[in-house]
Amino acid sequence: MLHQIKQVFHSPKFVAGFVIFVFLLLFSILYPIFSPYGPMEMVGNIFYAPGTYVSVVDTAQSSEKVTMNVDTAQATLDATLTDDTRNKMKTWLVNQAGIAESDIDIEDTETLISLWNENYDPELSTGMITADKRAYERLNTQIQTLEESGGIILATEDEEGNLEVSEEVDGQQFVNVNDVTNKVAFPLGTDNFGADVMTKLASSIGVSLRIGLLAGLIATAIGLVIGLLSGYLGGWVDNLLVFITNLFTVIPSFVILILIANSVGQAARGPMMVALIIGCTGWPWTARSVRSQVLSLRNRDHVNLSKLSGHSLPRIVAVDILPYLASYVVMAMILQISSGILSEAQLSMLGLGPSTAEATTLGLMMNWAQKFGALTSMSWWAFIPVIISIALITFSLNLMNTGLDQVFNPQLRDS
Amino acid sequence: MKGMMKYYGQKVIWYVATLIVAVFLNFLLPRLMPGNPVDMLVNQALTGSTDPGVREQVVQQYTEQFGLDKSLPEQFLTYVGNLLQGDLGMSISQYPRTVNEIIGSAIIWTLALQIPAIIVGWILGNGLGALAAYLRGGVDKVVLPVFMFISNFPAFGLGMVFLWLFASQLHWFPVGGGYAADMVPNFSWDFVLSVLDHYRLPFITMVLIAIGGQAIGMRSMSIYELNADYVKYSRFLGIRDLTIVRYVFRNAMLPQVTGLALSLGTMVGGNLVAEMVFSYPGIGTTLFDAISGRDYPLLSGCTLIITIMVLIANLVVEILYGVIDPRVKATQQDS
Repeated sequence: MLHQIKQVFHSPKFVAGFVIFVFLLLFSILYPIFSPYGPMEMVGNIFYAPGTYVSVVDTAQSSEKVTMNVDTAQATLDATLTDDTRNKMKTWLVNQAGIAESDIDIEDTETLISLWNENYDPELSTGMITADKRAYERLNTQIQTLEESGGIILATEDEEGNLEVSEEVDGQQFVNVNDVTNKVAFPLGTDNFGADVMTKLASSIGVSLRIGLLAGLIATAIGLVIGLLSGYLGGWVDNLLVFITNLFTVIPSFVILILIANSVGQAARGPMMVALIIGCTGWPWTARSVRSQVLSLRNRDHVNLSKLSGHSLPRIVAVDILPYLASYVVMAMILQISSGILSEAQLSMLGLGPSTAEATTLGLMMNWAQKFGALTSMSWWAFIPVIISIALITFSLNLMNTGLDQVFNPQLRDS
Repeated sequence: MKGMMKYYGQKVIWYVATLIVAVFLNFLLPRLMPGNPVDMLVNQALTGSTDPGVREQVVQQYTEQFGLDKSLPEQFLTYVGNLLQGDLGMSISQYPRTVNEIIGSAIIWTLALQIPAIIVGWILGNGLGALAAYLRGGVDKVVLPVFMFISNFPAFGLGMVFLWLFASQLHWFPVGGGYAADMVPNFSWDFVLSVLDHYRLPFITMVLIAIGGQAIGMRSMSIYELNADYVKYSRFLGIRDLTIVRYVFRNAMLPQVTGLALSLGTMVGGNLVAEMVFSYPGIGTTLFDAISGRDYPLLSGCTLIITIMVLIANLVVEILYGVIDPRVKATQQDS
């Protein structure tokens, strides 16, 4: 046994699959522990792009009650530029820069300033008296300073409710992000509910793996029992079981899944219920292969010897047949787990996934992303990581299966 | 010849029996759930409405429609009777239309997309697998693993990635649908072009998904055959490599045909959900509409049609298998 496990870990394919799988498993277990938010918790607005977000309420940090006049720069500009000054600017723009009078609106501060910035050039002030040239230069400097500094005034409210300037934050000043307490980081942005995609992804991988594991266990158990009975007993039991197995290999399990999941109803469809349904529809594959293996084992000498010695049926199956099937059953179960995870995603995409308030699955995340238009709104972070996770899970499981296959079936080894 | 007929006769009988069981399941499973199905259907259909008069009327309508006041065997007979007349009932969510009408208009789209996609994927996959086994090197170590990885995506997942990348971002393909939204289906040249334009991305997605799984099976079958005694003997006799490859390919392909039959159900399932992602007007999208619209008759019609499609496809594959496998032919002649 130990030797076989050692051999399995010498297979590069198995090891690669195993490493990917363990990485995903650890991520799904550890990340939610360290993440400050719950998987379904609304922490931001919908579809924030990945990144770190600082609360806009107190961008400038202060322990006192703070009222920010965000528009200070604009207000100062408005105050400085009297109608008189504006008209002077307009005159210059029309006469010296040759701009059409109709294009200039002295009420619109922003456009006026930008027009001024674009066109003002002291060289153009030809044919003006020196005093006027100087006046315009001073006006220009004034406008530039106002634009650049644009400081933000922080004011505290005193007891009478009057605002009192407590601090002025320069427009050029920066704050170290680490010093800002009120911030949130979304490595993968937020989804349509405003929940952190990274946390949700980790917990979804966990739930999906659990669904896959349970579905795989159930499907393998049913398949194993039916295959063993059918192969070992033979006779009419075999005929009946083969008929049933063949029926369910041909009737798409996808259809039966939909029918059952739809009948169970939304309320009863928790994650484990979904796993149960998937498990109950996935067994025919395993049953078929177990049966054919048992058929070839049934007439081996050691089995006949056991029969002659009068051992009971359960004993023969458990001691003389099952050990020979063990490696195969493990491989079949790995495949069942991966197809269980895919089935869950498929059901969820159709709107028949698990309905629950606490847990999400990979399929549900994809379903929501699709439903809330993440595809068209370019919010790639809401579904690309989910799809890649699903592909990685199935890929790692398939790699492990191929690796095991090569260890236990020497014929398939690369020559 | 007599043996042939017997072989096909048995196959057909077996599939008819399977169909009967499938129809029975389609009928029985929804009725097995605890509680009165009519109550659930009514609750689903009437969410939001509180008028007791309306409720009573709807309850009566459903009870009559499904014949729930009769015994289960009687209900089954009515159900089968309706089916034989080709009557799948009325749609709830798209009321004046019958289920027949809706499925009839959707099925052409699904058949036109899925059959070519599965066949092309199967051919390309087998070609790649055989090449990988024969050439080894780059094909085996790079190309095959890439396709293997792709085949681990669910079809609808890859569809979402492609839609986002190639349609939304790069604008190489239209963003879903079966034809341009401002068109009415007709037989004009413009319409056909628009259909083909929308056909490309779902088709490519489904083909790419299918390649990997087929290729890996073909690769191991081919390696197995390449090591077989008859190959060594043929080499020893000095038969040309190309001829040997033909023998090997033919022998390795046979299990692949059976493999196709067995995996059809799974493939069709994934592809149907992919249709929904592409909002392609086929059965998959109809199925999704039926589920989200809580349209029970339509859902039941869809599942039945999907089952029948898969059964027919399986039967066709098995008949083909009988034609191409000399061993099956031999047993037919013996009997």
